Parts: sequence; structure tokens; C-alpha cells
Amino acid sequence: MSLLEIQGLGISFGGLKAVQDVSFKVEPGEIVSVIGPNGAGKTTLFNMISGVYQPGAGRVVLDGQDVTGMEPFRLAARGMSRTFQNLQIFQNMTVLENAASGFHLRERGPVLADLLNLPGARRRARAAEAGARALLARVGLERAADRQAGNLSYGSLKRLEIARALALQPKVLLLDEPAAGCNAVETEEIDRLIAEVAASGTAILLVEHDMKMVMRISNHIVVLDHGEKIAEGAPLEVSRNPAVIAAYLGTEEATHADG
Amino acid sequence: MSQKHATLLVLAALIALSPLFFPSGYYYRIGALMFVNALAVTGIVILTGYAGQISLGHAGFAGIGGYACALAPVHWCLPPALAVVLGAAISAVLAWLVGRPILRLKGYYLGVASLGFGILVAMVLNNERWLTKGPDGIEVPDLGLRGLLKDVGLDLSNGEFWYGLTGIALLVGAWLALNLYHSPTGRALRALHGSEVAAGTVGIDVARVKLQAFVISAVYASVAGSLLALQNKFITPDVAGFMHSIEMVTMAVLGGVGSVPGAVIGAGILTLLPQVLTVFADYEQVILGLVMMLVMIFLPQGLVPSVLRKLRGKDE
Amino acid sequence: MSELLQFLFSGLTVGAVYALVALGFTIIFNASGVVNFAQGEFVMLGGMITVFAHAAGLPLPLAALIAIAVTAGVGVALNQLAIEPARGAPVVSLIIITIGASIFIRGAAQLVFDKQIHSFPAFSGTEPIHVLGATIQSQSLWVIGGAFAVFAGLWLFFTRTLLGRAVLATSNNRLAAQLVGINTRFIMTLSFALSAAIGAFGGVLVTPITLTSYDVGLALALKGFAGAMLGGMGNPKGAFVGGLMLGLLESLTAGYLSSQYKDAAAFVVILAVLFFMPQGLFGRKSTERV
Repeated sequence: MSLLEIQGLGISFGGLKAVQDVSFKVEPGEIVSVIGPNGAGKTTLFNMISGVYQPGAGRVVLDGQDVTGMEPFRLAARGMSRTFQNLQIFQNMTVLENAASGFHLRERGPVLADLLNLPGARRRARAAEAGARALLARVGLERAADRQAGNLSYGSLKRLEIARALALQPKVLLLDEPAAGCNAVETEEIDRLIAEVAASGTAILLVEHDMKMVMRISNHIVVLDHGEKIAEGAPLEVSRNPAVIAAYLGTEEATHADG
Repeated sequence: MSQKHATLLVLAALIALSPLFFPSGYYYRIGALMFVNALAVTGIVILTGYAGQISLGHAGFAGIGGYACALAPVHWCLPPALAVVLGAAISAVLAWLVGRPILRLKGYYLGVASLGFGILVAMVLNNERWLTKGPDGIEVPDLGLRGLLKDVGLDLSNGEFWYGLTGIALLVGAWLALNLYHSPTGRALRALHGSEVAAGTVGIDVARVKLQAFVISAVYASVAGSLLALQNKFITPDVAGFMHSIEMVTMAVLGGVGSVPGAVIGAGILTLLPQVLTVFADYEQVILGLVMMLVMIFLPQGLVPSVLRKLRGKDE
Repeated sequence: MSELLQFLFSGLTVGAVYALVALGFTIIFNASGVVNFAQGEFVMLGGMITVFAHAAGLPLPLAALIAIAVTAGVGVALNQLAIEPARGAPVVSLIIITIGASIFIRGAAQLVFDKQIHSFPAFSGTEPIHVLGATIQSQSLWVIGGAFAVFAGLWLFFTRTLLGRAVLATSNNRLAAQLVGINTRFIMTLSFALSAAIGAFGGVLVTPITLTSYDVGLALALKGFAGAMLGGMGNPKGAFVGGLMLGLLESLTAGYLSSQYKDAAAFVVILAVLFFMPQGLFGRKSTERV
């Protein structure tokens, strides 16, 4: 039994099949990347796995349990966490609070205790903040802790989102284009961070456009085109697959694929 | 000293020292009215400022709190102080029941659903004459606390007593709201305000914490309604009316909806304004409408955040 | 049977006014994303200006035309002076601005006109028409007919004219509309003018039946808002049907259940509809993009 099993997942929007019959497996500590040309349905697939969209067909099995279409907050409690392609940062909060919100499941308590500022509530708030500071240090944002999150650079926000997701200590972490819009140095940092996280046993499911990065860090690659899986396998295998090359030819992605 | 303690200290000092400058006893009454409004608005700050949810029907809860104090002592011989608690409990239960379905709605849909709720409450208060005596209003029994204080040697005028009591109530309300802000629950509320989707992915049960905010803010409105009724010794269904709901939201937004000081300042200004405007009699509505529009156009974030930003801008 | 028919007639009459207010809401909402709580004030202005222009000696049709034109001007002013400058403000702030505008217009009307209740003669006499045992005032037919005419006119405007399509395009995607050369500022102005004129027209039609005074706007705005919401915000067909249904519902509740709670029925049904269909009866389900 794998940690995460995707079985025949599909969804259509207004008659248009966005994703169709996609299956694959993710093991603990493994980095699995989902690639494909723009509009191939990668983010839609992610949204189904993470419970943002209700799949029209198929199942998502996490740790042997069917979690298909389960709301994101329930999935979080079962060990699935994610980041977003177009950042979903809590702009109205500080960097530290953003990271601390990732500790919600472990540090939440009775509302009444929170209202009355009982010692338990104070202890929980402090624990979350301490954890958040440690995570910020890990992603290199410790000095920005007290800044308003909205004021951070794009690359920093990307890392903040990863820190927030890591706070949940997830079994499976879904990263939707974590390096998009980042410069070479930032990409390398994120690269290293992902490898570290995977080494600690967390399974990582990745959507990424930076082919160099994908080829370098993935254990396994799933290729989507027009919402369907056209190939999967080890990086080298996939990059030589004729169907994959055909799918990328004529799109701007081809340049990434050769480089 | 943390920001929370500074806010509370300034507020306490303002409440304690302002009477030194009161030219007449009438000002105690205005002050008490301000504090009651600020208390209700603090609830709106939690709902709208923290959690980002709009309610256009919160006066309904103020009505419930107010009428609980009018009816429970007469019909069930409950002491008025317990009637306040009863009103708050009924408001909380109602908010929980109503909130569950309507908090799934977003933006304007939530606005109209909460508006509908408020109007229904006002309508019941207007129409069930056998119980509420209808639109003309109903007398509210005396709280009795002032007499007790007199017995122990603290002889306060009616104005002074209510000024003090509502001031303390406001301080407690502000303290609770500030506690909440920095707590895990408060963080969850502000998180869902920022992004509901992301809040879900960190494990926040968005529907549940929204409901908590709704219930808490309903209790604030209810207690404020109770205090208003007890203070005036009289209450009419207008307390639950649409205009009162709007007034609460306007006070919150005027001051700056995200902050407790904003609530106090917004409530202060909009409580004073009509008092000042009575001089202009017929022009009252025109000026009120104009002030509402101008502040929102030029300071869309409200007074307190806009002023703070200006001040910080100078530092940088 | 005749009783039911009677209730249906009065429901349709009131519903037609709600439908006009709801249409006005929808036009502004689509063009600007703003829910205009001052919509009811347009209806009030339509009635009040006609009353005073007519009392000043102008013939009724001319007075009505002036009222509609002046109200359209007020709508444009509202957009230029209050809505345009606050572009990008949070939803709550926009709500407060339009409520402020509504209070302002009400206050101004009370100053310019007075606090009395007014009316003017029905368009075609007060002789009631008898249908299957029920009676209907001829003015009701004007109201209902007027509402349907406005709806049909709008439908033609939005589907058959270039300008109407430009309005639709702007409401779909403001930026894209700008890119294809649509003057979206003009579209906004037009939408406010149109919406105000429709409200004023409703006011002119209904004043002989319901009378008017400076403070009739708020209740109408709430009902129109509810009607628009019932049909699904942003959908003109939904707004029209929603408004009519609301009127029918009120009149049936008043007739068969309790006249005191006729307003309650509307809101109970809205809560129920929103509960089961969070997007309203005709609203589209939108999927959030993340």
C-alpha cells in the first residue's frame, strides 16, 4: 500500500473534460512531479487531490483511507498540506503569524480560553510562535518575521507558503510551482529545501515548469497532456519518451525540456 | 508593554479622566451611550474586522438583549442582571442556528441573509403586541445595582452610575477582543479573512470558526442592547431595526474595522455627531450621509488605520 | 377564486415595482460590482419630482419626463462623485458609501420638498376594472405593463445594440473590454443613468397607487435588493422574476396568512432559497480559481 494513491481521477467543467482517468502512486520520502504543457490540467489535478474541487470520477486514497473530495481542512488533519500556484498568503497578517497559522491543528483550543487569555491559551499561542520562528529560520525568513506579509518579495512569499505548509508536519506535501517567478538563487534554495523535506520522510507531489529542477530532484515523473496521463516513470525514461516529446513540441515548454 | 496593554490603558484613562472636563451631568449620558455603542461595534470588529464577514442584521441581537431585560424580570421574575445573561444566551443560540446556514454565503449574499434575520426580529418585536407592546416600546425594570451601591456608601447619580458601568463593560469587551486577536482562534479568523482556501489547507475548519465569530459578535450586540435598555429604562423595536444594524457597521468601518481602538473612535464620532447635528435640525440627515460618504471615499480603510499609516509614513 | 385573483393582481403590481428596483440594482452591480443601497431613493425622486413639477403647473407627462431625467442626473452624479473616487475600496466601504448616499438624498429631498405624503392623479382615471369577480385599478395595469416594457426594452438593448453589448462586455471583464476599445468609464456613467431612470420611472408609475414621501426609498431598496438576490445577483432576468415573485409572495402572505408578517414572508423565502441555492434561483455557480 502506498502513502498516496490516485485512482482514475477525473473532472469536467461544463462538458469539457479537464482531467481524465489519471492514476499514480506516491511513496513516503519520494518526490513525484507532475509535468505537462500549459493547460494540461496539472493545477486542476492538484485541486482535486487537495479537496478544493470535487472530482467527477476516481478516488484519492491517503494512508489506505478513501479521502476523495474531502474538505481541505480534514485532509490537513490527515496529513496532507499544499501550496498554491498563485500565492494564497494571509496578506493581512505578519510573516510570523502566517507561519504560526500552520500550527493551527496542534495549537487550537477552546474559544473561551482564548477570549479570557487563560494560561493554556497563552502557552498554545507561544508554542505556535516558537515553532513558526524555527520554520522561518529554516526557509531563511527569520529576519522578516514581524513584517506585514503583503510587503514581502515574491520569492520570499513562496518560501513563506512552504514554511506554513511544513508547520503541519504533513505526510504528503503538494507544491504547486514552488519555484515559479523565483531567480536562480532562490530556485536553488527551494530545491534544497524540498530535498531536505523529502529526506525527512515526507512525500512530495510537485507541479513545476522548471524542467531542470524537475529532472534533478524528482524520483518519479507523471506527464499530463490534455488532461490525460501520457507517460510516467523515472526522469530519464520520461525525457526520452516520444509521446512526451511530441506533447511538448511546438509549445514554449520545449525549450525548457531540452535545457 | 504590549500593544494590547497600551490600548487598554489608554482606554481606561480616557474613561476615567474624561468626566473631569464634563460641563454638565448630561455628558455622562452621552458618554454611556458611546460606550454601549462601542461595545456592540467591538463585536462587529471581531466578525467583520477579524473574520471578514459582513452582517447587516446585528441589531436583531441587540433587540433580543434589550427585550430580554424588559420581559424576563416581569414574566419570569428574573433579576435584571440575569436577564442580561439570558438575552446573551438566547442571542448566542440563535446566532448559532442562523449562522450555520448563512455563513456559507459570501459577500453580498451574506449581507442580505443577515439583513433578513435582523428584519425578522424587528418585525416580531413590532407585531407581537401581547408580549412586547408593539412599536411604542415597553418599560424596562431598574437594574437595582445603583441602590445596592448606595447601601454600601457609594452614592452615584444615575448618569455617573451608567457612565461607570458601561465604561467597565466596554473595557471588559475590549480586553476580550484584544485577547482573541492574538490567540490561536483569532489567528484562524484573520487567516480565513486573508484566504479561505489557504485557511482550509492549514487545517482551519472555516465554517466552524466563522460561526464562532458570529456567535461571539452576537453576544456583544446582545449585551450592548441589554445595557441600553436598562440605562434608558425603556426600549422600542427600533433597537433591532435595519438602521441600527447599519449604524453599527458604519461605526466599525468609520473607525477602522480591523481594530478595537477604531471601534471606540468610530462609535464615539457617530454617537456625538447626531448630538451636534441636532443644532442643524433639518440638515441632520444630509450632513450624516455626507460624512459617511466622505470618510469612506477619502479614508476607505477607516480613520484609525489611515491616520496610523500617515504617521508611519513620516517615520520611514 | 376571485379572492386569489385579487391577491395576484395586487402582488403583481407591487412585484412590478420591486422588479424595476431589482433591475436597477442589477445594472449597476454588473457594471461596477457595487450594490447600490440608494436605489430606492431613485424611485422616491421619480415620484416626488413629478409631484412637485405637476403641482407647479406642468402637464403630468412632462413632469414625469423631467423627474426621470433629473433622477438619471442624480444617478450620474452619484457615480462620478462617490463611486468612481472609491474604486477598489473594500465591499463594506462601498456599502457604507451607498447607504450614506441614500441618507443624503433622503435628507436633501426632505429639505427641497417636504415631509408630507403626496400623490398625483392616476394616468387613466380611477374607474376600477372588473375581471372574473376581482377588481384591478387601471393604474396597476400601467405599473405592470411599464415594468414589462422596461424589461423588454432592456433585453433588446443588451442583445441587439452595440452599446448594450459593450455594457455586457464590461460587466464580464472590465480589463478585456478596455483592451478592445470600450470606454468603460462611459459605460459606468451610462449604467448609473439607466438604473436611476428605471427607478424613477417605477416611482412615476406607482405613486398614484402607493403615494410617496421623502422616506419611501429604504423599504423599496431592501425589497428590490432581496428580489435581485432571490433571482441571483447580476442576472437581469433573475432580478425581474425575483422582484415579481417577491411581490406575489407578499400579497399572498398578507391575504392568506397575516398582513403583519407579509414582509417576513419575503425574507423567510430568501433565507430558504439562499440556504438551498447559495447562488440564488438563476445564479451561476462559480468555481474559485486558486
